Amino acid sequence: MIVENLRSIGHRIVEAVWRIGFASRFFFMILLYSGTSFRRFHLTVKELFYSGVMSLIIIMVASMFVGMVLGLQGYETLKRYGSESALGSLVALSLVRELGPVLAALLFASRAGSAMTAEIGLMKATEQISAMEMMAINPLARLIAPRFWAGVISMPLLSALFSATGVFGGYVVGVVLIGVDYGSFWSQMQASVDFQHDIMNGMIKSFVFGIAVTAIALFEGYDAPPTAEGVSHATTRTVVQSSLTILFLDFILTAFMFQGE
Amino acid sequence: MKRATLDLWVGIFVVAGLTALTVLALKVGNLNLYNMSETYQLQAHFSNIGGLKSKASIKSAGVVVGRVDKITLDPERYEARVTMTIDKHFQFPKDTFANILTSGLLGEQYIGLIPGGDEELLKAGDEIKKTQSAVVLEDLISKFLYSKAEETQ
Repeated sequence: MIVENLRSIGHRIVEAVWRIGFASRFFFMILLYSGTSFRRFHLTVKELFYSGVMSLIIIMVASMFVGMVLGLQGYETLKRYGSESALGSLVALSLVRELGPVLAALLFASRAGSAMTAEIGLMKATEQISAMEMMAINPLARLIAPRFWAGVISMPLLSALFSATGVFGGYVVGVVLIGVDYGSFWSQMQASVDFQHDIMNGMIKSFVFGIAVTAIALFEGYDAPPTAEGVSHATTRTVVQSSLTILFLDFILTAFMFQGE
Repeated sequence: MKRATLDLWVGIFVVAGLTALTVLALKVGNLNLYNMSETYQLQAHFSNIGGLKSKASIKSAGVVVGRVDKITLDPERYEARVTMTIDKHFQFPKDTFANILTSGLLGEQYIGLIPGGDEELLKAGDEIKKTQSAVVLEDLISKFLYSKAEETQ
């Protein structure tokens, strides 16, 4: 009985380490076979459409609401200290530094990442990937790498859109509906948001998240057991793992970028 | 290779993303396209800089003329040495007065330059001799309390 348990624990650990090793090799193989996704750029453009353009609506709508909530809650708190004029900097800083990159990446993981996993997993289950290998087409170069680069390119763009629309949402609630002064809203915002320190660091964050989310999604799809159940589990794992990875990476990156002045 | 509808959508997406980044940079952030390519540096010693930070603005008559470059402690005088980068368009007389001011009651601090009447101008690397330190709120309150206590005696 004890031996059985020990054996199963050991098996799981070995399995996990094995998977990590395979995942790292997979990641480097993607980078190695990336040439095709730039030489035949239309492959990447097609994936940009499916992962980037199709995520536009959810990103815009979500960011609008996030900005509006920030405007409302920020106003309620700042009103107590009589500094409603700082609403602009509160909304803009929280969006540009944290919420923009993180929420955009979380939405991207559940909107585009899960789709990538399901697509690749199903291709594997229906033996389309093996068929490609039979025709001497490298599936990594033809299928995986374009999806990877499409994700990496679209993530910063989506995050910039998220922040900009969110600031607009905060403006609508704060200035148009509640009546915070128009001038102080924008000028306080411009005085406190620094291009290098805030906007560029946010972009770097979203770039890192883009790499993490797409790499996880593609690996889960590629590694999924070729059954209906396997693909469904892999899709779930993609969303869970990439969400946790995003939040973890966000903590690490924030600790590096904003460690007090 | 033909143009496809898909390309249009991807184009719209990329343009929208880049526009958002530009909006963030220009409207939300303070990236001014007016870059100070031609600058010179000035020094000033303050006995207390309060909450002044590097990159804080330097204003004269309320107009931004430069930025604080770096702040160090002068080990000989035990005073803060502030290096300022100032736009070459703006020259100041030798007896210019530099003081640390606060925008608003709790706003961020900046250096205000009040030009004097000297004929000679400050050159690159010169030091502004006449300075006034930041007003520290605690000092102000304690002064007020002491004077109140003296009145009542």
